[in-house]
Amino acid sequence: MYQYSELNKSDTFFQKIKNLDYPLIIMILLLGLISFFIMYSVDEGKILTHTKSHFTKFVIFFLLMIFLSMLHIKFWYKISSISYLAVLVLLVLVKFFGFEAGGAQRWIDLKFANLQPSELMKICIILFLAKYYHKLKINDVNKFFPVLNSIIIIFLPVALVMSQPDMGTSILIGMSGIIVLWLSGLRIKYFFYSFLGFLIILPFIFSFLKEYQKLRILNFINPNMDPLGSGYHVIQSKIAIGSGGFDGKGFLKGTQSYLEFLPEKETDFVFTLFAEQFGFIGSVILLLIYLGIIYRIIRIGLISRNHFSKLFCYGFSFTIFLNLAVNLLMVLGLLPVVGSPLPILSYGGSSMLTMMIGFSVVLCAKINSKISIP
Amino acid sequence: MIRKDDSFEKLHNLNRRMFVVIVAKIVVFSVIVSRLFTLQIKNSEKYSTLSDSNRIREWRHPPVRGEFHDYFGKIIASNQNVYQLHVVNDEVQDFSNLIIKLKNLLGLSEIEVKKFKDKQRNIKPWEQLIISENLSWDQFSKINSFLYELPGVKPVLNTVRYYPHKENLTHVIGYVNNPSKKDVEFNPEIKKKLVPGLKVGKIGLEKSFENKLLGISAIQRYEVNAYGKIINQLTYQKGSQGQNIKLTLDLEIQNLCSGLLAGKAGSITVMDIFSGEIIAMQSSPSYDPNLFLYGINSDDWQLLKNNPLKPLINKTISGLYAPGSTIKPIVALSALENKIIDTNFTVYCDGKTEMYNRTYHCWKKEGHGKVDLKTAMAQSCDAYFYEVARLLGVDKLSSTAKTFGLGEKVFDNLFEDEKKGLIPNTSWKKNTLGQNWYAGETIITGIGQGYMLTTPLQLCLMTAQIANGGFKVKPKIIVDDKNNSKFNLTPISLNNPRNIQIIHEAMFSSTNEIRGTSYSSRIEDIKYQFAGKTGTSQIKKITQVQRELDLKIFQIPYEERDHALYIAFGPYVKPQYAMSILIEHGGSGSVAAAPIAKELFKAVIDRDFTRQLSKKEIKLSI
Repeated sequence: MYQYSELNKSDTFFQKIKNLDYPLIIMILLLGLISFFIMYSVDEGKILTHTKSHFTKFVIFFLLMIFLSMLHIKFWYKISSISYLAVLVLLVLVKFFGFEAGGAQRWIDLKFANLQPSELMKICIILFLAKYYHKLKINDVNKFFPVLNSIIIIFLPVALVMSQPDMGTSILIGMSGIIVLWLSGLRIKYFFYSFLGFLIILPFIFSFLKEYQKLRILNFINPNMDPLGSGYHVIQSKIAIGSGGFDGKGFLKGTQSYLEFLPEKETDFVFTLFAEQFGFIGSVILLLIYLGIIYRIIRIGLISRNHFSKLFCYGFSFTIFLNLAVNLLMVLGLLPVVGSPLPILSYGGSSMLTMMIGFSVVLCAKINSKISIP
Repeated sequence: MIRKDDSFEKLHNLNRRMFVVIVAKIVVFSVIVSRLFTLQIKNSEKYSTLSDSNRIREWRHPPVRGEFHDYFGKIIASNQNVYQLHVVNDEVQDFSNLIIKLKNLLGLSEIEVKKFKDKQRNIKPWEQLIISENLSWDQFSKINSFLYELPGVKPVLNTVRYYPHKENLTHVIGYVNNPSKKDVEFNPEIKKKLVPGLKVGKIGLEKSFENKLLGISAIQRYEVNAYGKIINQLTYQKGSQGQNIKLTLDLEIQNLCSGLLAGKAGSITVMDIFSGEIIAMQSSPSYDPNLFLYGINSDDWQLLKNNPLKPLINKTISGLYAPGSTIKPIVALSALENKIIDTNFTVYCDGKTEMYNRTYHCWKKEGHGKVDLKTAMAQSCDAYFYEVARLLGVDKLSSTAKTFGLGEKVFDNLFEDEKKGLIPNTSWKKNTLGQNWYAGETIITGIGQGYMLTTPLQLCLMTAQIANGGFKVKPKIIVDDKNNSKFNLTPISLNNPRNIQIIHEAMFSSTNEIRGTSYSSRIEDIKYQFAGKTGTSQIKKITQVQRELDLKIFQIPYEERDHALYIAFGPYVKPQYAMSILIEHGGSGSVAAAPIAKELFKAVIDRDFTRQLSKKEIKLSI
């Protein structure tokens, strides 16, 4: 295995361009195109703020992704711990200097843009843990200190984000971290016991939740409890999706979403807008695109020769899957409403930036698939 | 080799675990797809009907606007109930048929019909089209009796703006109308509250205090069926009226001012010299703001626009006039302050002065003879002030004028159309016109002609600051709840406070001593006695021929007549109020403007007792 890394130096720029994963890139572009049409319909058939802003962000972040994927995989390996720490510091800063919107303090004002560091954490935690377990010998994985370390690594950002308060993102960060532990071979009984423990303390957690969070969960159990108040979102979202039918109401013809029934139609509930207009067929095609992306990423992980790339690709594919699944299950009324964006499609720069950075690491892993990291 | 083993082990482990993850993913995806299938295919019909037939409609009523009150709580701008005609787009079966019926009932014009048709095409099916915002009772009852054959038509009782005092306050308050694209774009508050039928301030205080005045919409949520018919009301969220705004104006004085200016073009401003409260502020001619509420018709608009007396311009704050002799108190004060002259300084006036190879005329052809400061001010001798200005220089004069509030906006950004005016000095001319200052220009600046331009409001502020003994005043027109009774007076730095006293005395003699220019407008009762200064602002250079002809005012074409100005403060023994009066093309200040002051002062002082009383009441209530 050593020899290959010495022999294959795919260093020239054109070589790198040639080695990019084109199926993945095409599917990302496809998502970008769909998101453009969705934002266009959010703006009610005009090119207004949402369309312009989302499209600009997509173009900029896409170019950034291509640029970043030209870097060497060792670069990502090296900066993974620093980036984790940096984002952790940002999360602390948000606590003090961030500004509030919608009842949570999540954003940092960077003058030209507002950054939501908790989104970036989704990537950084995978990078960091991938590096950690890359270095760790398999025999040490289940020893006391490594386990403790990884728990701390996951716990810190989760606690910080939870206190913003942003339950959705903190769960997603936690799950992204845990999946790396799972992939790295932590004993199954640990997972089993902690899951058991979690179930036991669940009622206590519930009592600590904010009033609105409790309401969301209660509403999930019985959405018709307060159809005009807190259960409103899910009922309206189901009506919108369901009324789309097999082939949808047609582009720009969604009545539910136009009637302002969905206050967050451009962010978390963006799928309803899509499903209402394009129906079951459209939804399944959209799902297939996401599946395709996840498949490509796993494949790239599979052909990578170093453990770091593998861990990252698998972990990241899971993050995308998780974001997608949590969002869709929430919109479809199968999970309580926790704020979670639909990758690439939801309006919001930080989430898109996170996804694009993740993709660029994956592309980088593809280009450098034959390199091993000592 | 250990390393290789380790890698191998890791890889083996990783792949096994990944397999589990992939299986989990596939399970979740199947759940999602089957859920989509249930919602979109199996239950599609149910949700389609839910979506179509059980829509929830939201109707936001335009918020009720806050009112304007005067100092004593009397209503300046309020709201009234009007009958309106809305058309609910969804419920209409045949719009072109309906509009023809409405056309016959309401007597709509062909152009209006076309406009409504265009509008109807561009609104969404669940929105409402407002056909008429102000139905007469006749029209309203006619519509009601034909209602059964007019599907979709909805007679509505709505609350809209009303200005009971018509043209008396238009220039201060402004008026409201439908928001334009620009209004919506520049004011996020309007954007947020935008609903059909919303009115927003277009000019004046209505615009400046938009966000305070805008209330909160009442929201009704209905359940409606497939044809848009209301099944039942789900919620009614009460809205709230916007905040009321209390002005410092006294409606009685304001109405009096409006009466005094009737038929003339001009402006009156009355101000409390200590608190800066504007008691009255009227520009004439004015117009009825109620005309604009439902969109002014083009005949009325043309009349307003083409009126030579320019009713659309608020002359008090955006009319620029050469101050004429009303600047003389400032010229004299500046000269005293800079120790250029003292009270004993005299000039001999023989009707004209030769300076820098040019002849400068005094308004009195035969001359005033030997005059000192007091006489010069009383009789408004130009020759005296030519000489003082020459000795003083324009730069010193302009700096004094500026400290008294000339050349700057009085209300900062409260009114969009307020003008700054112009107090010239040598560097201004160099920078703007690129020319050197000529000594001759200083001479005419000394009698308030030339480049100098002021608004009537600025002249009033200047008078107030002279009258209160040289303290800075911040004029205000809104009563704010906080420091209602307290106002900090910061002195304008003067070398010798006695100088202001000299000016007071000189202005007193101008009004109350024989041969004073406004002697005929004096009030002898010490309670009302005031001091003032006349001014006549030339708008055209007087030619030699005209000078010899000595035309009477009615012999000169209207547009070429001088503006008449008067500034005054009183009561003289214990000054409390200052005013400025301007009559456009009124001729001389002593004839056209000063007599108005006499009438006005009586009323203002008589109201003073009530005002001071209500101030105490406010204090008590706090």
